[in-house]
Amino acid sequence: METYTWLRAFADSWHLLFMFCFFIGVFIYILRPGASKVHDETANMIFRNDDKPESENYVTSAGRHSEPKEAR
Amino acid sequence: MWDYIKLAVLGLIVVVAAVAASMARDLPYLVHMLVIMLAAAITFVWVIRRVGEPAPVANPNEYMDGPVRYGVIATAFWGVVGFLVGVVIAFQLAWPELNFVWAEGYLNFGRLRPLHTSAVIFAFGGNALIASAFYVVQRTSAARLWGGGLSWFVFWGYQIFIVMAATGYVLGSTQGNEYAEPEWLTDLWLTIVWVAFLLVFMGTIIKRREPHIYVANWFYMAFIVTVAMLHIVNNLAIPVSAFGSRSVPVWSGVQSAMIQWWYGHNAVGFFLTAGFLGMMYYFIPKQAERPVYSYKLSIMHFWALIFLYIWAGPHHLHYTALPDWAQTLGMTFSIMLWMPSWGGMINGLMTLSGAWDKLRTDPIIRMMVVAVGFYGMATFEGPMMSIKAVNSLSHYTDWTIGHVHSGALGWNGMITFGMLYYLVPKLWQREGLYSLRLVSWHFWLATIGIVLYAASMWVTGIMEGLMWREVDAQGFLVNSFADTVAAKFPMYVVRGLGGTLFLLGAIIMCYNLWKTVTSTAERSPARAGSTVPAE
Repeated sequence: METYTWLRAFADSWHLLFMFCFFIGVFIYILRPGASKVHDETANMIFRNDDKPESENYVTSAGRHSEPKEAR
Repeated sequence: MWDYIKLAVLGLIVVVAAVAASMARDLPYLVHMLVIMLAAAITFVWVIRRVGEPAPVANPNEYMDGPVRYGVIATAFWGVVGFLVGVVIAFQLAWPELNFVWAEGYLNFGRLRPLHTSAVIFAFGGNALIASAFYVVQRTSAARLWGGGLSWFVFWGYQIFIVMAATGYVLGSTQGNEYAEPEWLTDLWLTIVWVAFLLVFMGTIIKRREPHIYVANWFYMAFIVTVAMLHIVNNLAIPVSAFGSRSVPVWSGVQSAMIQWWYGHNAVGFFLTAGFLGMMYYFIPKQAERPVYSYKLSIMHFWALIFLYIWAGPHHLHYTALPDWAQTLGMTFSIMLWMPSWGGMINGLMTLSGAWDKLRTDPIIRMMVVAVGFYGMATFEGPMMSIKAVNSLSHYTDWTIGHVHSGALGWNGMITFGMLYYLVPKLWQREGLYSLRLVSWHFWLATIGIVLYAASMWVTGIMEGLMWREVDAQGFLVNSFADTVAAKFPMYVVRGLGGTLFLLGAIIMCYNLWKTVTSTAERSPARAGSTVPAE
């Protein structure tokens, strides 16, 4: 089969399906239960560390250690 | 040891560039080689004066704001240059006598037009994007820029790219592809600088001390990666000679046209939209002092935008040799794109909900909000113009120019001005801006300028489109091309005036920012909170 023919056939069948499912999957993932807490936290992250980086001994994985400097 | 390697490489570059300049086959190539030689020689002297000195130790507990400061200055400088060239070519169109005979072949409209577009998009916009990306990625990653001096290379390398591109346009070195005019040598150099930019940005993200990657960084990443891809694919070309600026493109025919507009439209989509949305999602919440209206919506905005934008290019090729299905695909995706664009606009505007009073008191937030308003307007107008029936009227007319400028002046310009007003007091540790009154002046001059520009281009564009298609009872065209040119004169003068007002506003901004740095009080440690860095 010619390269163009199979590429074209693949593009508008399986790959189209893949991209569609990925796209819908992203939206479902955004709306997953419990995501709001993470999103609120991330949305407020810009209000800390304005003047200098987080110090070296900070642990990243186990949630936040310090209160946001400009809590609201 | 490292210093000696650097000196050897720089010395080699100077010699090779000098030899290449002496063998140059055309003037642009000669000038470009001299630029490279000069840049390498200056860096050589700079390095040799510091040989033997102890290497400066970068403090990981401080942000690296040097390149950001330089970037802010470069943004303001190139902005004024780009707007000035724009005003000149606007009046050249109104009064062709301004294409002076003595400057023919260098400063006529055809040479200055790409100089204007590239100066405002790549020099003004590009510097704003690089500077703000470096600033935002550090604050949202709570980490110093990765790569040591690499960010300085990105800054200076990008300025060399700008100088090479600009001198090339004036001397007539061009590939003839809109927004991708620079020839192969300049393209190669930009590729190197861009990869360094990507490395600095990704390196900082990887060593971040925040658990999540803030949404602004997603937009910046999409901007950097996509622009790299677009730039490389659209500029694939084989140089005619290693000592000449000309090259032969790899693509030909309708494929070439399609790739050019896949590049061209995504330059709008990922350079002027995604990158600037990164700015919007950081600087508007910061200036309003409230988090973004909906973080969920911002993630949806991101994914929908990058999934749809990449397909919209064919709408630049309606009614051409491009297959009909591709044209329809481009049109359909352009219309779908309206949805995420307005989602993003609503998200930006609603960030102010509960703080609308700031619009009255804070001219900076007013600027940012008007920018988002123009983003919404331009992203409504764009999909509408991509509909084939509308495009048959609007294409090749000044309506397109008006559309581009309501996006570029209104959205990109205004959000960048807002960013500069926010950043300068922060970066130079000042109490605040020198004068909020001058910001208001800038705001109104720029806004009135844009309104004059967009309105005159709507009138002249639609008039031109209707005149071109007007036929008499026998089916003959009523108007010649020169008739439309004559009819457009008053609108061209109004457009030039609008541009002048916009330029005036930018000059006022430069004065205000200069005075902010030189004659306002330093920020007192108390206001910076208890976490003053030990400087």
